[in-house]
Amino acid sequence: MLKQNKFVIGGIVLFLLTGGEASARIEPDSLRQLGEISVVARTVSREVLPVQQLDGVRLERLGAHNVADALRYFSGVQIKDYGGVGGLKTVNIRSMGTNHVGVFYDGVELGNAQNGQIDLGRFSTDNMEAVSLYNGQKSDVFQSAKDFASAGSIYLQPRTPVFGENERAHVKAAFKTGSFGLANPSVLWEQKCSDRISTSFNADYLYTTGRYKFTYQVEEGYDTTAVRHNGDVQAVRLESGVYGRIDDGYWRVRAYLYGSERGYPGAIVRNKFMHEDRQWDLNTFVQGTFRKDISPRYRLQWKGKYAYDYLRYLADPEKDETLMYTDNRYRQQESYMSLVHGLRLSPVWEIGLSTDYQFNTLNANLKDFAYPRRHTGLAALAVSAHTERLKAQASVLGTFVHDQVRTGADRASNKMEWTPTAVLSYQPLLAHEFYIRAFYKRIFRMPTLNDLYYTLIGNTRLDPEYTDQYNLGLVYTRFFDSGFFRKLEWQADAYYNRVEDKIVAIPTANAFRWTMLNLGEVRIAGLDLAMQASARMGNGFYLDGRLNYTYQKARDVTDPSSEFYGGQIPYIPWHSGSAALTMGYRDWELNYSFIYTGERYTSQANTTENYLLPWYTNDLALARSLPLKQGNLRLTLEVNNLFNQQYEVVLCYPMPGINFKLIAQYEF
Amino acid sequence: MKGRKIICMPLFVGLSLVLQTSCRGELPGVHGEEDIEVNPGDGSAGDEVTTPDSTAMMAGNIKGFFLLNEGNMGSNKCTLDFFDAVTGRYKRNIFPSRNPNVVKELGDVGNDLAIYGSKLYAVVNCSHLVEVMDVRTARHLAQIDITNCRYITFHDGKAYVSSYAGPIQISPEKRPGKVVEVDTATYAVTREVVVGYQPEELVITDGKLYVANSGGYQYPEYDRTISVVDLETFQVTDTIDVAVNLHRMELASDGLIYVSSRGNYYGLGSDVYQVDPKQKKVVGKLGVPANEMTLCGDSLYLISSGWSYETERYEPSYVLYDTKKHEIVNQNFITDGTDREITIPYGLAVHPVSREFYVTDATDYVTPGYLYCFTPEGKKKWKVRTGDIPAHFAFSEVTLK
Repeated sequence: MLKQNKFVIGGIVLFLLTGGEASARIEPDSLRQLGEISVVARTVSREVLPVQQLDGVRLERLGAHNVADALRYFSGVQIKDYGGVGGLKTVNIRSMGTNHVGVFYDGVELGNAQNGQIDLGRFSTDNMEAVSLYNGQKSDVFQSAKDFASAGSIYLQPRTPVFGENERAHVKAAFKTGSFGLANPSVLWEQKCSDRISTSFNADYLYTTGRYKFTYQVEEGYDTTAVRHNGDVQAVRLESGVYGRIDDGYWRVRAYLYGSERGYPGAIVRNKFMHEDRQWDLNTFVQGTFRKDISPRYRLQWKGKYAYDYLRYLADPEKDETLMYTDNRYRQQESYMSLVHGLRLSPVWEIGLSTDYQFNTLNANLKDFAYPRRHTGLAALAVSAHTERLKAQASVLGTFVHDQVRTGADRASNKMEWTPTAVLSYQPLLAHEFYIRAFYKRIFRMPTLNDLYYTLIGNTRLDPEYTDQYNLGLVYTRFFDSGFFRKLEWQADAYYNRVEDKIVAIPTANAFRWTMLNLGEVRIAGLDLAMQASARMGNGFYLDGRLNYTYQKARDVTDPSSEFYGGQIPYIPWHSGSAALTMGYRDWELNYSFIYTGERYTSQANTTENYLLPWYTNDLALARSLPLKQGNLRLTLEVNNLFNQQYEVVLCYPMPGINFKLIAQYEF
Repeated sequence: MKGRKIICMPLFVGLSLVLQTSCRGELPGVHGEEDIEVNPGDGSAGDEVTTPDSTAMMAGNIKGFFLLNEGNMGSNKCTLDFFDAVTGRYKRNIFPSRNPNVVKELGDVGNDLAIYGSKLYAVVNCSHLVEVMDVRTARHLAQIDITNCRYITFHDGKAYVSSYAGPIQISPEKRPGKVVEVDTATYAVTREVVVGYQPEELVITDGKLYVANSGGYQYPEYDRTISVVDLETFQVTDTIDVAVNLHRMELASDGLIYVSSRGNYYGLGSDVYQVDPKQKKVVGKLGVPANEMTLCGDSLYLISSGWSYETERYEPSYVLYDTKKHEIVNQNFITDGTDREITIPYGLAVHPVSREFYVTDATDYVTPGYLYCFTPEGKKKWKVRTGDIPAHFAFSEVTLK
């Protein structure tokens, strides 16, 4: 059963990479990388929506140590990075806003009902099988209702154990050190318990002082260099999984714990270069999946999760006399369950019906807090039709939200929303891996619990914030059996998005009191281009490259009477792109990557005061693999921001200049 | 196939090079000053000009005024503008190009502006300093470090600055504010006195300093007092109970102090109270909300954004109160309908002689605001774009060089 699947896995690899039809031409070593996806593979439908993926090997090559780093290599994505190892890093897909991005960890969405943001800088890419980004949604009919529920989704697939014939255990130990006083040991241990059950355990500790030099300088004016302060982080991650195989199906359970303490490095403004406020986090969850093909026509999937998150923010004027005393503690709980039925009506038609239920609670030690509890029910019906050349899919998602609050507080009214998606992929010539694809999706994000209930700011009358997406794209892939190039792939997508009833903060009586309103309107027209190439030479030399370019015109069209009507929205560059090139020769590997973000403004008022210069970084990494006893030792030296460019992604948050990293990793 | 090979690989290298060379200039430039003609006739805004010259402005030897834009917290976008009444030109963002060596320009969140003698003082709240400039050139003279400084007033060669950052006494949660005395010749802090919670504006009369305590950090238990400081001993001699969340202060010619209360944002609205410093008590209230108020002669101008949580709209008001007759003399001192154009009235100033007045619109706080000039009769003369959150004025008797 598993062996048979190997081709299918290959297919999936290709699908994920190409967005096109599978073929069996795949190097055997990539199979291993996909591990447990093999089981999933057989049932996954063809990817017809734009998808970008980096697998574990490429993540390592690119020196993308956290998920936010990895996403910089995707097109149509903007990362908001407050700098340093511990600085908040969030992602915005196609300018629709961070809250429209769903982040899935091992198939289950990571929640943050409080503010809807996931700090992607906290997710290590060590032991990550793949990081994938989907525009619209993952184009499968057999998936949870949550998979249909975001405007764009990021899937983080942690490594799942795969054992060879005589293998019983794998161990991988790594140590990273370098600039910013970094010390980052980690260990992964995978054990095969029986033919059907295996386990994995993963521990990771990270310490960084977060210190780096930054310079502020203007032409013929001041030139000042200082050290970033209060950027220290101490974090522990523990993760364990149990993986079981049953006839025509599988199950798995995962437990996750992340605990950290960090400083807030803060904005660098005149006369205020140091901050002392701090944050503690604890994120834990347990989740499980069960999946089985009951008959050739009917299959079933169950998922469940319980999560507890704790956050404490402390601003103590005894440490920094500029601060207002604040000691806030937030506790969130989330319970989630999902049931999916898949029905294959004929070789052409397939139906998926999924129902999810989620319960969130938020407690905080704020005065007059509403203690919101939110029930969310989701139901999705999806239909797909696959013919030789045409793949079509349509789905409709129903979302039902009911909030409860403590007695006496205002609560948001119940919400019931129906949102559709339609997807089409067409292959004009069967002899060529050339596809035309298109999709339309309407989806919304609920106001977060902060938007609704944050004491003094929240507004319980908020409506959901809607997005509409239209996408038209082309994919072309070519494989070669001989010659220099072995694979070439091009992707181009043009899109138009609308964000309606965007939730924005506005001042009320004075600068001390803000509130949230459904006020904003944004129109986004964009173009994503991606190219990938792999090349080989007979003497063991290989070359791998990828190139991405994004054009985005994201206009604020909230108020036609405003002088700044139609201005490019904050922090969205018109042009951005990345290039990555890997050169390998026998045991040596050299990686070069380049990231570019063009000019942009910090406000929809595109005036000179709000202008931010383009920035670009050049990173270089050299790695060597050495066989050592029965294992393999890999040593890597990275030099990032090679030309020591001083830049800001977010105004007043300086980024690090040139920095180094040394990695030793031993695997057997 | 061969052809494609040749096209592809250089593409990688090529694009990198293109991006490299199409890169930024070496360094960010100093933000230049923008010079805009507004009076006579700001054609760009299509405004109707009622007075063809600036003689009204120049009355009483006033040559123009400075306007301080607050800028949002954490953006370091406090900027300074100057309106030159002699030429009728508006100079936007004058600080950086005149002071290229001041690191990170004027700073973060401008909160007050005043001229005393030949010096211009800008209180920059989140940069925790008072920037002292030469009033003729707007060039940097000194920086006075005062943590969380809010407002400034002067008396007898001394500057008095209110600050949220008093000493931590009982607990860091209940931390009082202070008033700092600074010698305007040496810029040295000479004395400090602990006052109420989160003190705001201050007035001085009869050898005593009165400071309005807001208690803005103490929600929901706002402060409701004025602290009275004897300037001789620099001790708090009295505390006058007024209303929650006090903010603005004006001293009328009859000796009464007008103090605004922001209300508690939950049912209890903003109002303005009359305090008699002799009796040390509240003697009346206006029943008018005020975010900002300014006194000119016996005319007290009061503006309010009038945010309503019910309608989710601003309902601004522009009320004129006569401090001699003790009555509201005008419910809307903007008479030509321009008030409908203004989103959030924020800053306010009245020309001390000609009675022309100025209102700023903070719009949405995240884009540049506007400055409107009105005739004494309340008709718009001109309008000009400012920096972010235009707020504080200082009339100058010298022309900016």
